[in-house]
Amino acid sequence: MKRVALVGMPNTGKSTLFNRLTGAQAKVGNWPGITVDLYSAKLLLGDQMVQLVDLPGIYDLRGFSEDEQVVTRFLREQSVDAALVVLNASQLERQLQLFAQLAQFGIPLVLVLNMADEAAALGITIELDALAGWLGVPVCLVSAKRGQGMEQLRTRIVHALRAPAQALSPDDALIEAALKASVHVPAQASHRLTEKIDRVLLDPWLGLPLFFGVMYLLFQAVFWVGTPLQSALAEGFSALRAGALDPALAAAPAVVSGFLLDGVYDGLSTVASFVPLIILFFLAMAIVEDTGYLSRAAFLIDALMARFGLDGRSFVMILMGFGCNVPALMGTRVMRSRGLRLLTMLVIPFSLCSARLQVFLFFIAALFPPRVAPLVLFSLYVMSIAAAMLTSLIFKRRFENSDPFVLEMPPYRFPTLRQIVLRGWHEVRHFLRRATRFIIAGVVLVWLLTHFPASAAPGSGATWAGQLGGWLSPLLDPLGIDSKLTIALIFGFVAKEIVIGSLAVIYAREGGALVSAIAHDITWVQAYSFMLFTLIYTPCLSTIATIRSEARNRAFSVLAVAWPLALAWLVSFGFYQAATYF
Amino acid sequence: MTPPSLQTLAALTPGDSATILALDAGQALHHRLAALGLRAGKTVRLIRRARFGGPFHVRVGTTDLMLRIPDARRIQVRKA
Repeated sequence: MKRVALVGMPNTGKSTLFNRLTGAQAKVGNWPGITVDLYSAKLLLGDQMVQLVDLPGIYDLRGFSEDEQVVTRFLREQSVDAALVVLNASQLERQLQLFAQLAQFGIPLVLVLNMADEAAALGITIELDALAGWLGVPVCLVSAKRGQGMEQLRTRIVHALRAPAQALSPDDALIEAALKASVHVPAQASHRLTEKIDRVLLDPWLGLPLFFGVMYLLFQAVFWVGTPLQSALAEGFSALRAGALDPALAAAPAVVSGFLLDGVYDGLSTVASFVPLIILFFLAMAIVEDTGYLSRAAFLIDALMARFGLDGRSFVMILMGFGCNVPALMGTRVMRSRGLRLLTMLVIPFSLCSARLQVFLFFIAALFPPRVAPLVLFSLYVMSIAAAMLTSLIFKRRFENSDPFVLEMPPYRFPTLRQIVLRGWHEVRHFLRRATRFIIAGVVLVWLLTHFPASAAPGSGATWAGQLGGWLSPLLDPLGIDSKLTIALIFGFVAKEIVIGSLAVIYAREGGALVSAIAHDITWVQAYSFMLFTLIYTPCLSTIATIRSEARNRAFSVLAVAWPLALAWLVSFGFYQAATYF
Repeated sequence: MTPPSLQTLAALTPGDSATILALDAGQALHHRLAALGLRAGKTVRLIRRARFGGPFHVRVGTTDLMLRIPDARRIQVRKA
């Protein structure tokens, strides 16, 4: 099968083009000698199947950043039959340099000028045939976002795959001449709407308050739409169990029906009822990121971050971590300074990720009135950022930052519904895949620990789980975390997705019954202390594994586990003792 | 001493345009700045500065960038 690579600078819509060409059938794959996961997909072009691989966005091939090395190694070692060079049609003046560098690999190239709509809005005209003639490669003008020019692109790829490889060596003079002859940029080309919006959103005084206001309103909206969906789903699962599953398994031995219903079904259905809220949350984050508002946030907050030894990018990574910490940790590869990168990796795990979100949504619903629910959740996000900032303040001297801070500020873009849905679906699929893998194993283990040895009453102190909770009680009693919650915390070390499922098994209840049992069992102070601990201690094994493989430093990995554990204990202890004292 | 018409990007005030004369940067940073459009001979415009000594918002051609003051000091310009 022929292999085609997708190469380009960041912010050129490379991933959108990838999705447009492949219909979002992407798979994450490992490649020999390549340290990062790359998306690839098969597509039918003409009469042959072709494998399309999306390479990381890069500015330059002469640098030494990890992403640049990945692209160079891939193009050299993986027998690539053709490469699509994706450029922003309105920024050819600076981006054609990348084409010149790629030409030296001797791979047939197709130049894809994306964002045709933006170039047209700026009044930029490009004579495609002239440009193709100057550069000696096929050129197409597309808008991946709107699906324009895709047929022509497909044809060009088929032709490129048939063409013999030829070594081009365009130099700076040739690029300049090609630009002069075929690309016409009006003297006053600027994004008018972006300038207007920036005047408000980047206002020296209003900018930051507006940003936090927007984020808060988004949370409110997610809750307002998502909570009714979640309760409806939870009721549906209970009804299904009472109406169909209980009668069906009535004749089975108690151990079997207990394992299947109290273990697997209760655990899975409780987690599943939170999926609508998670989806909505991802959609909101996708909109904030894809519109370009996130890079404005980096601009606004960089001065503050600098005092903490971080920069605006670190803040963006922390916000990205609100989805999942693992991709945010991998995103630190754009930083060249090792000190800055390690410090950012140390603080990202404090980001309140979707798995922890689901735990908090559950506890907030159980113990707080709906009126204050969004406020309680918002306070946890504030704590999440506070823990990150405190950590960087403490450790900034040990991780010196010498990285230049030069970033592109893309014009505001309004993602199409298709883009938003695809993004959201992508994230949710990732969450579900991880969740189901961990949850089934987790709830089964919890069920075993809470129901054996067979002589002990289920869930009592005599079970294995009860004994484990007993050993840890001197450590966790001062935090208001009882033995049942302790077991949930132990399993949460593996993945937060298991926590609610394991509580369902520990309490042998699901949905609404579980909520009222917990509300009866613990106070809101205990619940908040538990949430603080869950927020701050180790996010999950995947995060630890990612830190290990990205940092390649044992001492740092140990620090990244031990410090959050200590901080979690201190914060929960402080909160619980203070709240019960007053 | 630098003649008054020769200065660094860090000395501009919002609304100023200037021509880039040289980049005083190591090879790696030089490549990155060039890839973002900051090259000798290009015209750069300072759009705004963030509060509390935060980054600069500049425009080169059709690209908007943000950069910190220490990085802006590495870019020598002549005010238009």
